[in-house]
Amino acid sequence: MKTGETILNEREKILGRIREALKISAPLPGSHGEVATHAHAESPASHAREWLPSVGASSAEQFDLFAKNAADLKADFQLLNSREELPAALKKIAAAEKWSRIASHDGELSNFASTTLGLPVLLTDKGYDVQEMEKCDAGISECDALIAQTGGVVVTNRSAGGRALSVLPPHHIVIARREQLVADLPAAFALLKQKYADNYPSMISFITGPSRTGDIERILVLGAHGPKKLTILCF
Amino acid sequence: MTVTLFIPCFIDALFPRAGISMVEILERLGHKVVCPNEIACCGQPPFNSGYWDEARTIAAPALEKLKDAEAVVIGSGSCGAMIKKFYPELFAKTPQAELAKQVASRTWEFSDFLVTKLGVTNLGAKFPHKVTFHDGCHGLRELGIKSAPRALLGNVSGLEFVEMKEESCCGFGGTFSAKFPMISTAMGEVKCAAATETGADFIVSNDSSCLMHIQGLLSRQGSKLKTIHLAEVLNQR
Amino acid sequence: MSFVSQFKSLASEKTRDLRHRSVIRTALRSYEIVRDKRKAAFQSWESARQAAAETKWEAINHLDEHLVALATKLEARGTKVHWASNGAQAREIIAQILRDKKARSIIKSKAMTSEEIHLNHALEKEGFTVVESDLGEFIVQLRHEPPYHIVFPSMHLTRGEIKDLFQKELGDAPSDSPEELTMVARRVMRQKYIQADVGFTGGNFAIAETGMISITENEGNARLTAALPKTMITLMGIEKVLPRFSDLALFLPMLATAGAGQPMTCYNTMYSGPRQPGECDGPEEWHVILLDNRRTELLADAEQRDALHCIRCGACLNVCPIFRNVGGHTYGTTYSGPVGAVITPHLRGLQDWKHLSNASSLCGACTEACPVKIDLHHHLLQNRRNASASEPAFFEKLAYKTFAIVANEPAFWSLAKKIGWLTQPLQSLVKGTALDPAKAWTKTRDLPPQPLESFKDWWKNRQ
Repeated sequence: MKTGETILNEREKILGRIREALKISAPLPGSHGEVATHAHAESPASHAREWLPSVGASSAEQFDLFAKNAADLKADFQLLNSREELPAALKKIAAAEKWSRIASHDGELSNFASTTLGLPVLLTDKGYDVQEMEKCDAGISECDALIAQTGGVVVTNRSAGGRALSVLPPHHIVIARREQLVADLPAAFALLKQKYADNYPSMISFITGPSRTGDIERILVLGAHGPKKLTILCF
Repeated sequence: MTVTLFIPCFIDALFPRAGISMVEILERLGHKVVCPNEIACCGQPPFNSGYWDEARTIAAPALEKLKDAEAVVIGSGSCGAMIKKFYPELFAKTPQAELAKQVASRTWEFSDFLVTKLGVTNLGAKFPHKVTFHDGCHGLRELGIKSAPRALLGNVSGLEFVEMKEESCCGFGGTFSAKFPMISTAMGEVKCAAATETGADFIVSNDSSCLMHIQGLLSRQGSKLKTIHLAEVLNQR
Repeated sequence: MSFVSQFKSLASEKTRDLRHRSVIRTALRSYEIVRDKRKAAFQSWESARQAAAETKWEAINHLDEHLVALATKLEARGTKVHWASNGAQAREIIAQILRDKKARSIIKSKAMTSEEIHLNHALEKEGFTVVESDLGEFIVQLRHEPPYHIVFPSMHLTRGEIKDLFQKELGDAPSDSPEELTMVARRVMRQKYIQADVGFTGGNFAIAETGMISITENEGNARLTAALPKTMITLMGIEKVLPRFSDLALFLPMLATAGAGQPMTCYNTMYSGPRQPGECDGPEEWHVILLDNRRTELLADAEQRDALHCIRCGACLNVCPIFRNVGGHTYGTTYSGPVGAVITPHLRGLQDWKHLSNASSLCGACTEACPVKIDLHHHLLQNRRNASASEPAFFEKLAYKTFAIVANEPAFWSLAKKIGWLTQPLQSLVKGTALDPAKAWTKTRDLPPQPLESFKDWWKNRQ
């Protein structure tokens, strides 16, 4: 197959059809058939903050909202008083779930967390055997942000040890700092844009609760394919 | 004022009492009512089926006849929508485009006319029964009519109003009821069940075509539930 | 059997199936309750809808610019971007990738475009093993039937039916509890993710500004599909573009709200390339296939162009009384419900598929529910107009011409009413029989009695 030539032709054909079609204008929504003549100067969605669910103004209100949303999602959110409380919190979970091995990545917080348990740790940073990760009881990662509006966590493959760490093990533990809480979705996207600019990690994921499905009689079941449990330890 | 009452084809032939009630109510309120004999139909049946030339053949003379009307009142949400929302579209890019917009702006569905235009919600009516209300889809979604009929019914002496749990289309849809009768019937059954569940004696609506379909099913089911047009209820004394 | 006969036949069957109608009604009732709650949580759902509609307008009406920006940015980071004018080309591109990689198995996460191009069948015919990882898709794949709903593929099945299915096809169904059945699927899938040669996904949104494909899911199967296999393929309709990264802040919660009554879907993931230098996992190769398949024809219809704004949330299906009573399979095509009824005549032929646009009472619930304000029910009317303009049905057109003559002439109208009244006794004689001209009505409904005095008679007598 004349690969380069054929693909270019299809691309140009499709773009050609699009340009031809767009020679005729279509009415703007809500304009009752009047035809639009100009594009928006400002993006229509730039006021999204005013229409999305409201978020409290103060940090305390936002933490409360995050906690409430996380609870609704059946995610375990623990707001610790200090970094020093982290080992005890983790050990409690590890004991209850009888962890024997965990997976994590090389980061200041994730190292602090993973080394505290005295368990074998699979580190993903230099590559790893997936079958070995499959044997791990939990994956411990950092994150880019917590979102008060949704009770969700933003991770990237750069900040959270790759693509699989936050989704393959049956329990995902997120270690976050208080300063990482943002108010709403617009703030989260703005943060990502500012932090990564032109060099985005190849995967960014907004995780909102443990994995779930409603495909059987619309009954909610957790742990469909991703983690059955999501724990967020924040200090 | 002089009200030009547009009587839809099915009210003329099948449910004249609804039209008569409208005349009596408007006259009692002190308005002069005229009913042009030449207008029999708004043209919606061919329009909905996609035969817009034939729809224009019916609608164009109707438009002309309504040209000088001070206010056009229609006793049906679906016909009201036809004139208010669809005549401008039907006549776009024709010589009657402007006229269609003009007439549309002076056209009202009956309950909307009473409440929004005339500011009247109490007609001194009496109807001591338990009723529920079916919102015809065109009136509800094309014309935004929901509160007007309820405001009017709220002032009817002796009337007990109960809302159906769910809003849904009755399934008439004009020729849809004959082209896809099995679906139309299923939708009607859902509506009848919702109405029956309210325990009402009557289903009231501002659209006789919906009531025709619902009544057809109720009669076949042997149900005690009866249908009645909003205007007839408001004319009971 | 023609498509329309098939549709009517299935519709008759499904509307008689009261159990099926009840299952669907229960499922959709619980959806409505959570959806209303989520909508109410918005400070202004209506303002959000308007902004979403305008954003999509911007995206579609500058589609070429956005697609070029998207492709350029994707290619800059090593993604291979392919352009497919039709399903056959897309299938061949995908099959060729599998051949090149000497792949045997492909694990798929949900993609309606792959249904649209009948991908699974083509790949299986060539000997590849195709596994659907989304639970609902996995279930209907085992049943050898298409998805029932674009968002909830198995909503028509009860837990008992799924238990029997798993018992029969997998030999593993401890009970009919949704939890245990889901765990069966989870167990089955584990090694398939890890061992699959190729992962296949769809795409919910494509961001032009940053060169990303955004994938929305609850289960995590798409995340795994995009993480573990060495080669990743993404198939996406060209209409899925959004101009800006920040647009997702509006679209992701709206998609979740309208589609499932959730505040956010569990995983919303944006991919901007295959594994980059310094990254520890992810596919070495990522192929993104941009699919036209007659979307450009819909684009050319400026009146209905906004049908391409669709974000495939399924809200219109959920509120449609036709969908609720006949179910998704009756439509006989990939996209069902109101949006399917609007676009299928464009994507698969007006005359063959106009019946989907005809099978509607035009109640408008769909237009009201659409988060991007597509004028759905009016497009059904426009399809009807276009269909009868290009191929009028002779007798129907004649009937309306006759009706117009009668309606416009008071003398004829008056005569027609008299004839109607006079023939009423005859009507009751033939009612329900083959001779009954109103059989379509009278099979299930009584006809209204016609009074002797019509309104116009009363009015005339009054003067």
